Amino acid sequence: MGFLWFAIISVMLTGYVILDGFDIGAGALHLCLGRTDAERRKILRSIGPVWDGNEVWLLATGGVLYFVFPQLYASSFSGFYLPLMIVLWLLMLRAIGIEFRMHINDGIWASFFDGIFSIGSLLLAVFYGAALGNVVRGLPLGADHYFFLPLWTNWTVGAHPGVLDWYTVLSGVVALVALSVHGANYIVVKTDGDLNERARKMSLTLTPVLFLLTLVSLAATISIHPGIVANYNALKIGYAIPVLVFASLVAVFVFQKGRHEVAAFVSGALYLAFMLVGAVYSLYPVILPAIDPQYSLTISNSITASYALQVGLRWWIVGIVIALAYFVFLYRMFRGKIALEGDGGYGD
Amino acid sequence: MDSAVLIHRLHFAFTVTFHYLFPQLTMGLAPLVVALKTIGLWKNDEKYHQAARFWAKIFGISFVFGVVTGIPMEFQFGTNWSHFSKYAGGVIGQTLAMEGTFAFFLESAFLGLFLFGEKRLSKIAHWWTGMAVFFGAWLSGYFIVATDAWMQHPVAYRMTADGSVTLSSFWGLLLNPWALWQYAHNMAGAAVTGAFVMAAVGAYYVLSEKFVEQGKIYLQVGVVSGILFSLLVIGPTGDGQGKNLANYQPAALAAMEAHFDTKVAGLVILGQPNVENKTIDNPLIVPKALSFLISRNWNAQVRGLSSFPESEWPTNISLLYYAYHIMVGLGTIFMAVMLISGIQLWRKKLHGTKWLLWVLMLSFPLPFIANTAGWMTAEIGRQPYLVYGLMRTIDGFSKSVSAANVWFTLLGFLGMYTLLAILFLFLVQREIAHGPEHVESVIPLGGKAIIAGRK
Repeated sequence: MGFLWFAIISVMLTGYVILDGFDIGAGALHLCLGRTDAERRKILRSIGPVWDGNEVWLLATGGVLYFVFPQLYASSFSGFYLPLMIVLWLLMLRAIGIEFRMHINDGIWASFFDGIFSIGSLLLAVFYGAALGNVVRGLPLGADHYFFLPLWTNWTVGAHPGVLDWYTVLSGVVALVALSVHGANYIVVKTDGDLNERARKMSLTLTPVLFLLTLVSLAATISIHPGIVANYNALKIGYAIPVLVFASLVAVFVFQKGRHEVAAFVSGALYLAFMLVGAVYSLYPVILPAIDPQYSLTISNSITASYALQVGLRWWIVGIVIALAYFVFLYRMFRGKIALEGDGGYGD
Repeated sequence: MDSAVLIHRLHFAFTVTFHYLFPQLTMGLAPLVVALKTIGLWKNDEKYHQAARFWAKIFGISFVFGVVTGIPMEFQFGTNWSHFSKYAGGVIGQTLAMEGTFAFFLESAFLGLFLFGEKRLSKIAHWWTGMAVFFGAWLSGYFIVATDAWMQHPVAYRMTADGSVTLSSFWGLLLNPWALWQYAHNMAGAAVTGAFVMAAVGAYYVLSEKFVEQGKIYLQVGVVSGILFSLLVIGPTGDGQGKNLANYQPAALAAMEAHFDTKVAGLVILGQPNVENKTIDNPLIVPKALSFLISRNWNAQVRGLSSFPESEWPTNISLLYYAYHIMVGLGTIFMAVMLISGIQLWRKKLHGTKWLLWVLMLSFPLPFIANTAGWMTAEIGRQPYLVYGLMRTIDGFSKSVSAANVWFTLLGFLGMYTLLAILFLFLVQREIAHGPEHVESVIPLGGKAIIAGRK
């Protein structure tokens, strides 16, 4: 039961990163790819009907995490107090930016909300990457399973880390570039004309950069945390994961070159999925690694009792099947390329 | 004493109070918008569709603010109340997770279609998207109330080896007797907000002689639903909630009434509680009325606060007393205003009764105050416990997060929410000034639903 819930939460989190990832990435590139008001409206229109639903995956994952691993929820949320509050503010700014940009047809108004939306998205990507970096690096959990991280200390990976150090900032940059590639791939799929071409060029430029950054970050991870390969050595099939990570990036580049737009987008999504699977594979069965390993939170020392897990599984299956049905319906409703003329769009 | 717990409380209280201004409006407007659409379909009358479209815009703005300010709430259980989360997550995590899975996905999928899809959907399909959003909003409310109800009256749990609690009965949690009354009472309260806001805009349009035809529709729908819901708030829902208190939190009930000695109790209409002397200053009291309300017996003894150990007393009796009396007082005024308006509406004289239109126009902030006061009554009444009888508030906050850090983020929220409040008022004022006719009319698509992509 513990492993099943561990897997469910990992899958939900991966779903969140892939879904909200493309609208965050599109947001981060919004100012730079959208040169005219019409192009910016197209970008917003392409994510407008779906971003909110994508973000619900975060709330749903958080909720499941809460009842399955109460100790993990308590320790990580209070320990990451400051960065989480900043993430909240960024999520709020982003939502305000996209939802109210179209309310008033005025250049200054639109520019202001474009700026809020784009900067919010960009910083959010960096913070998400840094958060994952923190988990992989390990946290100063005490015997009581709690910790508190300042935003930064001396920027080194030592006994008194901050949320931001050179390693987690590197993770943040990787995340920003990764989500930008993902967002660019999405814009390619959803638009045509100049915007399509510009997004495609962006993806072709950023993908090799991401390839290098991923390599650097992999090397950095092994150098600060050699024990991270233990699970890989124990079950060698795990070494397929990094291979798949890099293969999916090559696929993004090749498909984007050959104008296979959907295939490129799917490859980018797979890259994100394999990156997360790689991290999860190295952690299992730890769910929140402590710098002193004896204090780490594991599945068995954090999970709630079995009745709650069984009854939770029943409603979760029902709920998630319904939710997936909504998503299929919603994405079918808004399939195809965005055209600005005509009726019924989102937000105008 | 470390003041950290006070700052954590203030943090949650401020963010949740601000948050709930928006969901109460969206949950209150949702049935009214669906009612307008239904009447429009029934009578095949474009006026009602236009009204529904206008109110859907207000609804949409409010909804976004509700979503934006709602995200921090789920997070704060972990960030600011980690010891509580560790203790109770195995129970209340269930309802919070169900809210995300069952309600938020539903709302997020259909809100866009409801707000922007009228031209692409058939009339019936669009009506259904409105119903889906209505249902999602009210479902979301249920999961949150069930969560709070468990903190007010913990049921369906058992202790685990490490001293936490875990769920022992799924239906026991969802059908907590406290939750049923609290939900009914709360939703009626939200609907009163929706009704007053709609009637206020209607009164404004009629008084200012702008969009008079639309204004009359808002008055009609606002007043009729206002009568219904302001009565439902009082009975049976308010009464049922009062019985919950009498059964499960008698100390809180005594403190709400500032009823110190066990005796036949009158209903305090006005007066200031004097906690030191255990009396009420400047009292205006209906004799024996409280005894009757609680036990349907004019001469029943009502247990006073003095009969409970002081360690069980709510920690802020004065504020609790005022919050409760503001809620009850305003609730009574709502019923009176709506009943008088209803009589005038029935006599077809409402639109000419200027003073009453002025009252309706200016009353719209009051339900927000009453709903807020109601929640303050519930939450301050629950003190000194976080989970009634099980966990004290002092034991539940995040001990690893210092007061200074909480001040930092509280100030951040104060700044952010000030800007949000200005933005909200600006956007809503703008919609009201532009009026319903500014909303472009819809080209009916006829029989078949057109559910297709753009290309």
